[in-house]
Amino acid sequence: MSTVRKIAADVRSGRRSATAVLEEHLATIDARDGEIHAFNLVTRDQAREAAAAVDAAVAAGDDPGPMAGVPVAYKDNFCTAGVETTCSSKILEGWVPPYDATVVGRMTAAGAVMVGKTNLDEFAMGSSTENSAFGPTRNPHDLDRVPGGSSGGSAAAVAAGFAPLSFGSDTGGSIRQPASLCGVVGVKPTYGMVSRYGLVAFASSFDQIGPFTTDVADAALALEVIGGHDPADSTSIPLPAPDLQGGLDDGVEGLRIGVITEMLEGIDEDVVAQLHVAADALREAGAIVDEVSVPAVEYGLTAYYLIAPAEASSNLARYDGVRYGLRAEGTNVEEMNSATRRRGFGDEVTARVMLGTFALSAGYYDAYYGKAQRVRSLTRRDFDAAYADHDLLLSPTSPSVAFRFGERSDPMMMYRCDMCTIPSNLSGDPAISVPFGTGDHGLPVGIQVLAPALAEPTMFRAAAALEQMAPEVTQ
Amino acid sequence: MSQALSRDDVAHVARLARIDLDPDEVAHFTDHLGKILDHARQLESLDLSDVEPMTHPYPLANVLRDDVVGDTLDRSEVLEQAPDADDGQFRVPPILGEAP
Repeated sequence: MSTVRKIAADVRSGRRSATAVLEEHLATIDARDGEIHAFNLVTRDQAREAAAAVDAAVAAGDDPGPMAGVPVAYKDNFCTAGVETTCSSKILEGWVPPYDATVVGRMTAAGAVMVGKTNLDEFAMGSSTENSAFGPTRNPHDLDRVPGGSSGGSAAAVAAGFAPLSFGSDTGGSIRQPASLCGVVGVKPTYGMVSRYGLVAFASSFDQIGPFTTDVADAALALEVIGGHDPADSTSIPLPAPDLQGGLDDGVEGLRIGVITEMLEGIDEDVVAQLHVAADALREAGAIVDEVSVPAVEYGLTAYYLIAPAEASSNLARYDGVRYGLRAEGTNVEEMNSATRRRGFGDEVTARVMLGTFALSAGYYDAYYGKAQRVRSLTRRDFDAAYADHDLLLSPTSPSVAFRFGERSDPMMMYRCDMCTIPSNLSGDPAISVPFGTGDHGLPVGIQVLAPALAEPTMFRAAAALEQMAPEVTQ
Repeated sequence: MSQALSRDDVAHVARLARIDLDPDEVAHFTDHLGKILDHARQLESLDLSDVEPMTHPYPLANVLRDDVVGDTLDRSEVLEQAPDADDGQFRVPPILGEAP
């Protein structure tokens, strides 16, 4: 499997054509996506046109850019001009956005070739991609198991070699957890580092876009291309994209790295075992590794599952059968709205919209939403204390390896999948999941490196070092 | 708190959220949401009186830009996506229920 860097270098120099690269990937998709179902839509025709345009540019002596001819897949909650965008929900089925998300526009401008839109838990609500209205995605490592979620299609697409690069959105771990379960790299950047213009909103104070790749250096390149200020997103940090590739080989000598105590409890033994191997390897490479307590993360899960639904209940009010998507009949507007939303939303989305509506409703606001926002401040405070004497923090990404379909039907059991990833969304800080050996059943384990806001360069240094030291995986 | 969440509460919330649920679904969501709110009770034990609520992770306020005329979406292209449109506008059933 070629990396993003290799493909772009080959296409830019004329060693390979973008068309040849694309056809190879389409053949892989044809061979295996029937059983995996990573894609809601494969955009064959547009992809062939885009690849031909890249090849024409190279033939004319122009440089198509740092993503020249790189096949890329987008989670199906990214707006793509002229290409159906469903959020894996019946309520948006058939909707064709009239514009591109900023990230899609930047990738296209850099020479990338979109191959399709990937499956997700409906409106990104879930940790297994079982909540898609169009059926689940299967884990390429074991078809009886989930790929994680909500960006399960994007993670599976990279793991199966359908594309060397895909993008997802991470609201409570929806990039990092599926990356961990599928054995690929997944990054949630600092909140505000990547524009969300054109990303369908779930919980706006958490949502962040990031890449899935087969290695850390490809993820660094992807963030350099998509990152940086965008005036179309008022939450975008007014800074250019950072240089991440430059420091990848600098090692971890002298870095102070804390293993989060609270994220060693409630974790499967096979996963904890790999975390200790990772911590020891970093120590041997010259890092100063100790344990550090971030007490408020204990309450993070609870706070998240009040705040995110509250924000979702507001964001999803727009699906009312008036401007786009599904409309069910009703004799007046309220009946039409209520019938449309009942028919269009799946169970998990309905549950979260109702939970959020309840948490924001008169008489309960202070007890639930208000209290959760205060817990969010506590998390921020505890992270600040940990970072006072640590450069980075370390934890498992997911408390377990990939689990079987239908295994987690209790909501709190499913929500616990995100216990290690949610705190970074509460704080807004960046985190990356790096594949690191295997656990039970030979399934991939991911290690999470957490960093303070805008400290991506240091985070990527440690991630690259971990990748170098990861146990060999034989598949 | 979960006891406080009755079927009537769930039916009320469903109405607020504009989601039409039948009695079986109300029962299902009463149980489902009850489990989550049970868990939320652990926050009750925390003394948060001196902690400010956090609404947003990055301190950006009053984000302004120059008022420059730019491109906007084409009206007909947008209305094409609507379930029902007429005369350059979205069309909906009667607001008050009576015949137009």
